[in-house]
Amino acid sequence: MEPHDNGIEVEGLVREYKKGPRAVDGIDISVAPGEIYGFLGPNGAGKSTTVHVLTTLLPPTSGTARVGGYDVVKDGPKVRGLIGVALQEAALDPLLTGRDHLRLQATLQGVRKDQRHARAEELLHRVGLADAADRKVSGYSGGMKRRLDLALALIHSPRILFLDEPTTGLDPQSRTALWEEVSLLRREDRVTVFLTTQYLEEADVLADRVGIIDQGKIVAEGTPAELKAEIGRPSVHAIPHREEDRPRIAEFLTQFGEPLASSRDVAVRLREGLGLTDIVRAVDQNGVDVADLELRAPTLDDVFLAKTGRTLEGAAEEAEVTQPEKRRR
Amino acid sequence: MSTWPQVGAIARRSVIRTSRQPASVIPPLIFPIALMAVNAGGLDSSTDLPGFPTTSFLAFAFAVPFIQGALFSTMNAGTDLARDVQTGFINRLSLTALRDWALLTGQLAGVVVLGIFQVIFYLVVGLTAGVRFESGPAGIAVLLVYGAIVSLSFGALGAWLAFRTGSGESIQALFPVLFVFLFISSMNTPRDLIGVDWFRTAATLNPVSYMIECVRSLIITGWDVQALALGFGFVIALGLISLALASRALRTRMTRT
Repeated sequence: MEPHDNGIEVEGLVREYKKGPRAVDGIDISVAPGEIYGFLGPNGAGKSTTVHVLTTLLPPTSGTARVGGYDVVKDGPKVRGLIGVALQEAALDPLLTGRDHLRLQATLQGVRKDQRHARAEELLHRVGLADAADRKVSGYSGGMKRRLDLALALIHSPRILFLDEPTTGLDPQSRTALWEEVSLLRREDRVTVFLTTQYLEEADVLADRVGIIDQGKIVAEGTPAELKAEIGRPSVHAIPHREEDRPRIAEFLTQFGEPLASSRDVAVRLREGLGLTDIVRAVDQNGVDVADLELRAPTLDDVFLAKTGRTLEGAAEEAEVTQPEKRRR
Repeated sequence: MSTWPQVGAIARRSVIRTSRQPASVIPPLIFPIALMAVNAGGLDSSTDLPGFPTTSFLAFAFAVPFIQGALFSTMNAGTDLARDVQTGFINRLSLTALRDWALLTGQLAGVVVLGIFQVIFYLVVGLTAGVRFESGPAGIAVLLVYGAIVSLSFGALGAWLAFRTGSGESIQALFPVLFVFLFISSMNTPRDLIGVDWFRTAATLNPVSYMIECVRSLIITGWDVQALALGFGFVIALGLISLALASRALRTRMTRT
């Protein structure tokens, strides 16, 4: 990759914390210019550490990473000049207004003085904060803070954008608005977007390609369609009428496929050649008492399950229990 | 890209932040003046002591608010920067083209602007209350310069602690310690008139005594070269040491490649 390309190349990247596990354990990533790359994984998987390394905030322990053609270790200032970053916590100053933030960021990013005002106004309108521009950030909602954070990341018209869990904690409406904005950036401005998320739907809707990371390693990579096609077969999910019937229904369904871990229902991945009608017929003939029966196409959660043996939700809960020390560092 | 617009932007932010926090603006103005008024009222008879350098205790005590206000500058600068570390705002700044020294310079420039504002406020109050400068208008000009240097030096001390600890609580905990330095000084009595030996020794070893005496000399003595040299010398030394420590701590804090 030549300098001024707006792609990302990562080879054998490792980041170790003192006295801790490898947060990132030898990952390879290639993001093409103008692509939206979704980096999907549970809490503590290594997503944010990867973003910190790629945005020059953390040096890697080993391996190489080039962003926009520049090495993140040797050419830190050049990388920072090319990228826009919205980190996981929208670190905003509660005492400044939205407009104060944009003015400060524009100056620090070297936007020409005669362009600062116009650029700030354009972004305030773009992210829907024009009316709230002169209010202190302490009075902003979570969604407004995220949108301001995005505007700040875009102030110097970066060619590569890093968004670290940009919609975590947002209501569905704010989340959809942010997705539209990110899609627009790619479509109209050809910005390369590296997006970390723990939401399957977000990766599915937004990303051209998805890398799934777990415990510091990339366990799967491809387009959402490719990844789901790897799993291939749909799953059937049964909700028992009575909780005490759960074991019997689970045993009954195993004749149709492999059991899937699920806390809410009883599920199996269907064997090749079977469909919902086969199950419905068998349920009816055997008098199995189920409240609901559903056929589901493979999801990215199924991909995660197939690759790691855990659901994304379960992995996140596990990370909450096992990694409190790491989060404190 | 020139670094000076960055310095200006950070200084502007520092001033805006402080001006939007009444709790950061009002106590540094009111508290030192109130303490001076109480002392001037209660200790006025001290001027009857043989060898006391002036007949007006108000003129004698008027030097103290300038140093006490600077202690507040330490707090404000330190707490603001510690909050930036705690909230991750420092990471936002690290991701821009901002140079390390521009962040420190900008922040301290903001502290100096507010420090000069404090000095002007104390001067207006003092002159209105009848304090006269033996050194004349030139002495007032020197005091403004001295106030700026004192704010810079104490602000740098606060910045060092903020970058070193990253904790606003640590800065708050320092405040009483700095106040001890203020009280174990010649703030209320000339050193040669302090009767208790250990207190006189402590006040003589305490650099804050010389900072106060520098300001005091402009008010009640006129042009005392030794007092000015010691006052400027100690405050510049504190500033240089604090700046060096703050720069080093900032480099560690703004870890970026």
